[in-house]
Amino acid sequence: MSLLEVRDLRTWFHTEEGVARAVDGVSFEVDRGQVLGVVGESGSGKSVTALSVMRLVQEPGRVEEGSRLTFDGRDLLGLTERQMRDVRGNDIAMIFQEPMTSLNPVYPVGDQISESIRIHRGLSRREARSRAVELLRLVGIPLPDRRVDDYPHQLSGGMRQRVMIAMALANEPDLLIADEPTTALDVTIQAQILELLFEIRDRLGMGIILITHDLGVVAEVCDRVVVMYAGQVVEQGSVDTIFARPSHPYTQGLLAAVPRADKRGGRLAVIPGVVPPPTRWPGGCRFRPRCPYAWDLCHQQPGLLAAGPRQLSRCWLVEHPKRRLQVERSGGGFQSRVAGEGGAV
Amino acid sequence: MGIYIARRLLGAVPLVLGIATIIFFVVNLAPGDPTALFFQQGVPPEILEQIRRNFGLDQPLHIRYWRWMIAFFTGDFGYSFAHARPVIDIIRETLPPTLVLAGSTLVLIFVSGVVVGVLQAVRQHRPVDRVLSVVSLFFYSMPSFWLGLMLMLLFSLKAHEWGLPFALPPTGMTSVDYEFMTFGERVVDRLRHLILPVATLSLVMAAGIARYTRGQMLEVIRQDYIRTARAKGLPEGRVVMKHALRNSLLPVITLLGLYLPLLFSGSVFVEVIFSWPGMGRVIVDGIFQRDYPLVMATSFIFALVVVIGSLVADILYAVADPRIRYD
Repeated sequence: MSLLEVRDLRTWFHTEEGVARAVDGVSFEVDRGQVLGVVGESGSGKSVTALSVMRLVQEPGRVEEGSRLTFDGRDLLGLTERQMRDVRGNDIAMIFQEPMTSLNPVYPVGDQISESIRIHRGLSRREARSRAVELLRLVGIPLPDRRVDDYPHQLSGGMRQRVMIAMALANEPDLLIADEPTTALDVTIQAQILELLFEIRDRLGMGIILITHDLGVVAEVCDRVVVMYAGQVVEQGSVDTIFARPSHPYTQGLLAAVPRADKRGGRLAVIPGVVPPPTRWPGGCRFRPRCPYAWDLCHQQPGLLAAGPRQLSRCWLVEHPKRRLQVERSGGGFQSRVAGEGGAV
Repeated sequence: MGIYIARRLLGAVPLVLGIATIIFFVVNLAPGDPTALFFQQGVPPEILEQIRRNFGLDQPLHIRYWRWMIAFFTGDFGYSFAHARPVIDIIRETLPPTLVLAGSTLVLIFVSGVVVGVLQAVRQHRPVDRVLSVVSLFFYSMPSFWLGLMLMLLFSLKAHEWGLPFALPPTGMTSVDYEFMTFGERVVDRLRHLILPVATLSLVMAAGIARYTRGQMLEVIRQDYIRTARAKGLPEGRVVMKHALRNSLLPVITLLGLYLPLLFSGSVFVEVIFSWPGMGRVIVDGIFQRDYPLVMATSFIFALVVVIGSLVADILYAVADPRIRYD
């Protein structure tokens, strides 16, 4: 049994301009000790998916009827708010993108870590504090017994993200959701933070959902990948497969857009256009307006089709490989850049 | 922290000197003759000249300024023309009632304003929020002198007429028979006299603070660290009261300094309307009588209280916000 099973998750925002279907039928699962990467451009529904799992989507957002979230055999959507609070920060913890703004500026970091411990474990102030010091040491903060009394503004961005991680690890959760944990940090710090996350994963054996738009990070640390576009999963599979044989044009486009040190001079490929606003997803295949392979068939919405062993792709090209060749022979598509490169990024 | 306070105190010194200077020139350069009070039939011009000389009004302006500043900062506030007694005695009598009025108003507006604002924010767009919004806008847009008269009409005059049990005294600080009351009765009597003037001053300003607090809360509640607090599994009440409230109150503290001048100018009206024996009324009378020493001294005291109040607000802000302390 998977640690977390997401089935047909639909999170819609009922706004005055219409219904924004930010997450629209997403399914995936995560196992213990596994790192699942969720990738996609801004606005593809990654963060809302994460917040839905935590049941932290704010009004006017709502997880729609028929969605299923099963965590460790428990139906998360069936829990009362009170039971859900016991899950948050205890069984499932979350790290956010902006370490600068995700910590409360008016309380010392130690207090913010102990708070989580005290609320879930009922430790005394003193015990929680020494546990906070221990956690700060675990995430590699020097002089933790002094740093524990520092306010967030006294720490650097990387240090603050370490504090966020310490906070998330406070109760040794089974699942850690990291929403772009390194996006706001500079590259050397990024590497350190990722290394820290996976060291901890190995030690505690938790499952991790890593939300990112950085494919380099995915290639390095993830076991499986879910590619999201316009509120849907467009492709999923193991990291090796996705990077070696991406099937969906969107995935191919993303891979082609990664700058590479070993290929100089050439222009970076771009995916034309932007993700449309969630109140106006196009009919049929949602990637159609931006897709170089689009043809008549794409006016029908494709399901997730088996593109290979344990690889799913929401694209008609899976069933019509001739179309792909046809476009590429005439010089279009993304494949020309990706093909024959072994997929390593 | 000590250095921060010391620096603020030091910065206040030129401010206070400047205020004293401006007050002196504004009052002394205003048209009108302070001895006009003594113009009466049969008073010979030599006597008037003598009065001028006694008050030092025959000296040129810069000499008067110099003398006044020296006297003033050595604690000699001069002699009231109209009351014919030392200004310091008048201040000693009238400052406490004003501080009682302003102090209770200050506490009340912040407590009630913040409570109402928070309540509105956590119930945004619900009936409670809408009703309180309308009520606070109603009071916010009301001139306080008019509100005072209406309250007086309703809760004092009409309440008496209709024989309602809660009729409140419309004027003064104590009842006529105050001298003959027991201690408990005196406390009740004073509180009853305080209600209408404080309500008049508070309703308008509390409405402003409520609207501001509501706005701040709604702003803070959208911040990332509030989401972090929720993700920890904290109950919503704790998220609001611990994580959101303190951050929302930071800017409200600065309002404290901004509201003090309003509070004192408001109390001038209210003291006149409710015959409150405070300094505001003395200022108004003093201005009409061109009682220069009295007007200068009382204006200065008001200004001084405002400066001290802003200083306290700054220090409170530094205490509440750890990011300020070491600047």
